[in-house]
Order: sequence, then C-alpha cells, then structure tokens
Amino acid sequence: MTEGHDEHDLQHHNGSSSVHRDRSGTVALHERHHRETGEHPLDHLLRPGRIPHIWCTGCGLGVVLTAYLNGIQKAGVDLDKVAIVSGIGCTGRIAGYINLDSFHTTHGRALPFATGLKLANPELKVSVISGDGDLFAIGGNHLIHAARRNVDMLVLCVNNFNYGMTGGQVAPTTPVTARTQTSPYGCWEHPFNLPYVAAASGAVYVARWTVLHARRLVESVAEAVRHPGFSFIEVISQCPTNFDRPNKGGEGIDLMHFYEKKTVVKNGIDPKEADIGLYTPIVCGKFVDQSKPTYDSCYTNMCTMARGGKK
Amino acid sequence: MKYWREPLDRGRCEVPKGKVTIIDKRCKGCRFCVEFCPRKVLEVSKGFNEKGYHPPEIARPDDCIACGFCELVCPDFAIFVDQQASCPPPAAKAPKTQEVGAH
Ligand SMILES: Cc1ncc(C[n+]2csc(CCOP(=O)(O)OP(=O)(O)O)c2C)c(N)n1
Ligand code: SF4
Ligand code: SF4
Ligand code: SF4
Ligand SMILES: [Mg+2]
Repeated sequence: MTEGHDEHDLQHHNGSSSVHRDRSGTVALHERHHRETGEHPLDHLLRPGRIPHIWCTGCGLGVVLTAYLNGIQKAGVDLDKVAIVSGIGCTGRIAGYINLDSFHTTHGRALPFATGLKLANPELKVSVISGDGDLFAIGGNHLIHAARRNVDMLVLCVNNFNYGMTGGQVAPTTPVTARTQTSPYGCWEHPFNLPYVAAASGAVYVARWTVLHARRLVESVAEAVRHPGFSFIEVISQCPTNFDRPNKGGEGIDLMHFYEKKTVVKNGIDPKEADIGLYTPIVCGKFVDQSKPTYDSCYTNMCTMARGGKK
Repeated sequence: MKYWREPLDRGRCEVPKGKVTIIDKRCKGCRFCVEFCPRKVLEVSKGFNEKGYHPPEIARPDDCIACGFCELVCPDFAIFVDQQASCPPPAAKAPKTQEVGAH
C-alpha cells in the first residue's frame, strides 16, 4: 500500500514515458508515419475530420480519451477485436471520436448493449466509456447487475459530479452542499461512492484516478482491459462550464492544480473509505484486484451442459 | 533542474532529449501542457490561433527531456513529442559515489 501525493505522474525525469514505450507492429508503423508528417501520433485512432471535439476548454474528457487510446494500445490486444460502447452525455461522445468499432447507445443503456455484444461475440474486448449520470442514475440498475454477473468488460466512468451535457443538473454523484442548476441552495442528498458501489456489486477490478493521473490511468486501462471480468475505473474530471463555475472551483487548470495538491494515493484500501466531498481531498488508487469466473465463461459452460455435453 | 538530493548516478545518466511539435490550430488554450511540464519548456504565446486561443510556444527547446507528459495531458491532441538521441547532462557534476566510497 502506498500513500502520499502522486508526484510520479508529474515528475518523470527518466525520459521514456508510456507514450513512447511498448509499441509494436502496425501501431508503431502508423505512429512513425504520423510523426514524420507532423500529425498527432494518435490521429490514426481518431475518426478523420472529427477533431476538434465538442468539449469545452479545460474539460478533462480529452485527457480521458487520450489516456484510453494509449492504454488500449498498451494492453497489447488486437484492435480489430476492440468494441467501445457509450451512453449519452458529454462523456458519451467519446465513442464517436474513436476510429475503432464503437456504438453510441441511448441514455443509460450502454451496459445492456455491451453485455449482449460480449455474449454474442465472446472474442471481443468490450469497453464501456460513459458518464456518472449515464452509468449511475438512469443506468444504475444495469451497472450493479453487470458487476454482479461479472461480465467481462472494462467500464470507464468519468465522474464530473453532474449532468454536464444538459446544463449541469444534480447527479447521484453530486457532493453534499454543491450548487447545480437543480440544487440552487446546495445539494442535500448523499452521493454514491462509485468504487464502493462497484466493488460491493461484485466488480473484480476497481480503481479511481483523476485526469491529472494520466500516466496511472494509462497503466490502469491496460491492466483492466487484460483483466478477465468486470473492471471498473472511475476517473474524476472537472466540468469547468457547468459544475465548477457555480461552485467557484475555477477553470480547468485550477482543478488540475487542485488534483495535484489534494489527491492521496492509497492502493488496496477498502473503497468504503474513499468518499468524496465538495473539493475535499480525493483518495485514488487501485482498490480491488481479484479473480472470479466471468459471466460469459459460465454462460458458455452452461450452454454446453444444456446441450448434453460435459462442460 | 533543482534536486532535493543530488542523484548518485547523475554524472553517468543519459538524459533523453525531446522535440516538441504543436498543432496550433487544434489548441483550446487550457495551459495544461504549459503548467505541468516538469522542465518548464513551454510558455503561452502572445499570438492567436484561428479559434482565438493562445497556443503554447516552445520557449526552452533544449530543456525538453521527452517525458511525454504534455502529449498525455493535452485534451485536444494539439501537442506531441519525439524522442531524439540522448545526451549527457551538460551541467553534470562528478559522480558523488566516489566521495561516498572515500569516507
Ligand atoms: C432517456 C433520456 N433521458 C434524459 C436525457 C437527457 N440527458 C442527456 S445527457 C444526460 C446526463 C448526462 O450526464 P453524465 O452521464 O454524467 O454525462 P456528462 O455530460 O456529465 O459527461 C441527460 C439526463 C436523454 N438524452 N435521454
Ligand atoms: S459541459 Fe462540462 S463535461 Fe461537457 S464538455 Fe463542457 S466542461 Fe466538459
Ligand atoms: S515532453 Fe516533457 S519536458 Fe518535453 S515539453 Fe513535454 S512535458 Fe515538457
Ligand atoms: S494542453 Fe493542448 S489544448 Fe491545452 S494549451 Fe497545451 S496544446 Fe493547447
Ligand atoms: Mg457527468
């Protein structure tokens, strides 16, 4: 268990970073091409003509997208077998920017879509990338049951403490006292602690990072994609337009400095101890890493048995 | 670069060098790259891009150590780094390991 500020992410003096390591095959070729032509090395994984994205200045979602694209390459999986599913929201837009098989479902329904996708195509590596509102409000039931069943997928949940896309309404993640469009006197509801909900529901891999922990996030995505079963990563992100403005949290860069100063990395702790308040210190780390039979492997075995064969 | 303790192998360490490329027209001026570069290579430029933002400029190109953090933390795919051949740090002092051994 490690504690303390996460200087590792910022002070990387020995040169080689996750951006430059572990590249192989076509990815390396693509990248050399891009570097020689002055295009960004991730351009081949972004849908042509879709950048600039719609996200506001200072929003963390672009960092999450960059980290995911680096992490999925680092995981060393066949990119033709990767499928990305998202729901609706600013975060939900991520699927539409990635130049891999991706699907933008209806609000809250990313998980049932992804579960069906995985059951029908067990060879796929499925990632669900969506917002706190999409996954824990309208989609909350799907989340606890996908985790309970241990469906083999990565769920990357961007928590910006509100419904960003629709103008900043209160969400099940909004900290007590926070002002939003629908809590003008301050939110008085107790929020979910997302890693605790995921772990209690049965997730086998649970981690939380902020967008400033970009390096840790890349490593975590790579690890979680390879981990069989339901992996859950919460990424704390700023929403300078709709959440941090009414709460006087400042601009995107101010929130990045807040993450720099006010996060504590505590790997291995019980996620129960990782509650979040309004601009209170944020506990990050990998909280759960265990193994358990996956839903798809149990389902395949059950089908074989039902057909009269031995499993 | 200031260290709170001089690394023992500093004189022997090769420091990678990086070449930064900025895609001006993509930048939305968030300053993440400028403020979190560990070597303070970048500064906000005075000029505007076509969207009206001030993209960063490379103020101290020789100081870049190709750590790649600016590339990782940019939300807009507007900056990237190529690692160049490493070179020994210009101000490297004699390795302190010898002094330690002498006592
Ligand atoms: C069925 C349905 N109900 C409501 C909406 C309106 N709506 C769009 S996005 C959204 C919330 C998004 O919040 P979150 O998932 O946290 O994403 P963010 O924008 O914060 O990234 C809502 C309520 C909708 N599109 N569909
Ligand atoms: S509204 Fe918030 S979450 Fe949506 S793009 Fe703007 S800053 Fe990001
Ligand atoms: S690669 Fe590292 S040292 Fe070079 S400009 Fe980017 S953040 Fe600074
Ligand atoms: S991080 Fe990217 S978008 Fe932000 S100022 Fe630097 S180049 Fe511009
Ligand atoms: Mg949200």
